[in-house]
Amino acid sequence: MNSNVKSVLIVGVGGQGTLLASRLLGNAVISCKYDVKVSEVHGMSQRGGSVVTYVRYGEHVNSPIIETGEADVIISFELLEAARYLSFLKKGGTVIVNTQQIDPMPVVTGAAQYPGQILEKMQDAGIHTVAIDALKLAEEAGSSKAVNVVLMGVVARHMEIDKDVWIQTIRETVPAKFVEMNLKAFELGFQA
Amino acid sequence: MKKLLLGNEAVARGLYEAGVRVVSSYPGTPSTEITEFAATYPEIYCEWAPNEKVACEAAIGASFGGARSFCAMKHVGLNVAADPFFTVSYIGANAGMVLAVADDPGMHSSQNEQDSRNYAIGAKAPMLEPADSQECIEFTKLAYEISEQFDTPVMLRLTTRISHSRSLCDLADREEPELKAYVKNPQKNVMLPANARPRHVFVEERTKKLIEWAETAAINRVEMHDTKIGVITSGASYQYAREALGEGASYLKLGMVNPLPVKLLQDFAAKVDVLYVVEELDDVIEAHCVRIGLHPIGKQLFPRCGELSQKLVRELILGEKAEGSAIELNAPIRPPVMCCGCPHRGLFYVLKQEKVYVSGDIGCYTLGASAPLSAMDTCVCMGASVSALHGYNKARGEEAEHKSVAVIGDSTFIHSGITGLINIAYNNSNSTVIILDNSITGMTGHQQNPTTGKNIYGDPASAVSLEKLAEAVGIRRVRVVDPYDLEETRKAIREELAADEASVIISRRPCALLKYVKHKAPLKVENAKCVGCKQCLNIGCPAISIKNGKSVIDHTQCVGCGVCKSLCRPGAIVEQEAAE
Repeated sequence: MNSNVKSVLIVGVGGQGTLLASRLLGNAVISCKYDVKVSEVHGMSQRGGSVVTYVRYGEHVNSPIIETGEADVIISFELLEAARYLSFLKKGGTVIVNTQQIDPMPVVTGAAQYPGQILEKMQDAGIHTVAIDALKLAEEAGSSKAVNVVLMGVVARHMEIDKDVWIQTIRETVPAKFVEMNLKAFELGFQA
Repeated sequence: MKKLLLGNEAVARGLYEAGVRVVSSYPGTPSTEITEFAATYPEIYCEWAPNEKVACEAAIGASFGGARSFCAMKHVGLNVAADPFFTVSYIGANAGMVLAVADDPGMHSSQNEQDSRNYAIGAKAPMLEPADSQECIEFTKLAYEISEQFDTPVMLRLTTRISHSRSLCDLADREEPELKAYVKNPQKNVMLPANARPRHVFVEERTKKLIEWAETAAINRVEMHDTKIGVITSGASYQYAREALGEGASYLKLGMVNPLPVKLLQDFAAKVDVLYVVEELDDVIEAHCVRIGLHPIGKQLFPRCGELSQKLVRELILGEKAEGSAIELNAPIRPPVMCCGCPHRGLFYVLKQEKVYVSGDIGCYTLGASAPLSAMDTCVCMGASVSALHGYNKARGEEAEHKSVAVIGDSTFIHSGITGLINIAYNNSNSTVIILDNSITGMTGHQQNPTTGKNIYGDPASAVSLEKLAEAVGIRRVRVVDPYDLEETRKAIREELAADEASVIISRRPCALLKYVKHKAPLKVENAKCVGCKQCLNIGCPAISIKNGKSVIDHTQCVGCGVCKSLCRPGAIVEQEAAE
């Protein structure tokens, strides 16, 4: 049902800027006259924990959330988080992942190990995976905080939304003094 | 053009369009942004109150004064505001009054998942429940019409998925109802028993009229499609059911969840083969259906705990299982942690080392309960740290008094910790209360409070002096420490625990995320000096990790607070400049 609805799951670590990414994507899809719902997590979960944001768009969207096997695309700001939310990915869906690794507290304290070979395992399982070092590109653009916009650049290349729409949306969504830096970050992601 | 609004932003828009003049709230996830967005409209006076009871009473007063008024809170905040709310239900409204309550099924950021619809039943107040942002605007405006038409305060029920989802909205202009005349009317407004008795009769009559209204109200909407399945639902649950079942089912979407209609439900039930009630948390609609002679399938199928979803509806009604992608992986959990440079970290590290009983409270510092700090014994509700420590010490006596503390944030202390402190002074327990003063209401996203010296607009305001307040209630031992200074903090805790009277320690340093806080350069580990003792890991700082047996500090995260440096015996943690 509602098979015309596209579901994009954005996951990462609290503080990485996933909310801005979901806002950009949300604003970009309304420019294309879609109905859209964006669901965010605020409060406790933002403090360095695992965070998830849902973006759904299409002719008519009911539920604001995405469940097991429903995501067309997962955009992950961090490697382990991509793996954590894989069950949400539809068969044949795409994972766009920043290869940056951020140790969760159980790894920091030595109670657990950061799992190895996540990308290899995803590729072996036949999951369409686009991996990119977004932190490096963000720093190249001028700020480690621009990881979110670099990733949106990568996403833009894989979505049917016009590049100009994205550029306009970035201009309208980010504060004026950061526009140029963010446009550079977007371009680096788009070309990557 | 349609705008993509957060549910809470849309409620604020509804307040604006309804001509609301006075808003008083206490922050609480997921309700906070309603009041923050309302404060962006110059036409609406907004404020942060010390707690939800005060906020509700301010809104009641504004309604007496003839202005449309509003207060917002999270579900547990309604427990605090319940006292005035239950009685203002008898009084009714001069100008319209609305109380918004945001429930948190799934407990994304809460200590319980109580269902506020029970409060609407208890207080005999009408309750509307929107299912998307557009309805947040429309139902908010409608709530004021109902409030004035039926002489009642109205509740607006939200849940996390409505408050924190964005969807498209059409906006309208603001209407400007005139300030209503204030007419002295003690029979209606002074709730002495003699006056309250006839008002209770009025309330029961009002409920009957509201039920009649509910039978034909446009917000209680029937959507007929396939009649094999009929679903009675409301709010976010409607969206899940509609998505899962599409036109393979018919729906009765209830926009008003209290009081519930009778005939409308019975008529709908008669048109469908199998009747389901899809609702999150308690069986409020289902129990009503049973009372009026219907036999729906509800909680025998759906859980009472946690959130629903389209997946659950699909699985439980249609028997369709969803399958996702997967790889073999033992993924370690990623719990929320205190931020880099958080002033609470040093304090909790010392508390853990001192092995004391820590009576906890609600705020960012509740994260002090998590590993590796693990320095919290209890957490109940706002303010309970202080009052429950007193009870613990009365139960266990002198020995416990010298080995126990309460921890409470500045905003939480003002909210309801102060009354507990008065009890400690008045009923004389030798309790030690630590106020974690980070100069902001942190967990809900940086709201001003009565201790910060600023109001909701960031303008200068009167600031409560925590030191003077503690002294004024009768605490003679009051001292201030900097939690970045572990030795000073330890000394203060030891001395106050050893003392033979009650004490207050104010652990004072602004939240590291506040814009005006200047950070030092990131610290660095001198690899050659690091012996790999892992002592620096005991503070649970997300910037510190181990690579090849030695500590490393992530320069993008570290704010140079220096707490780790004071733990490093070999002196391997150094300031950036000193390295090389």
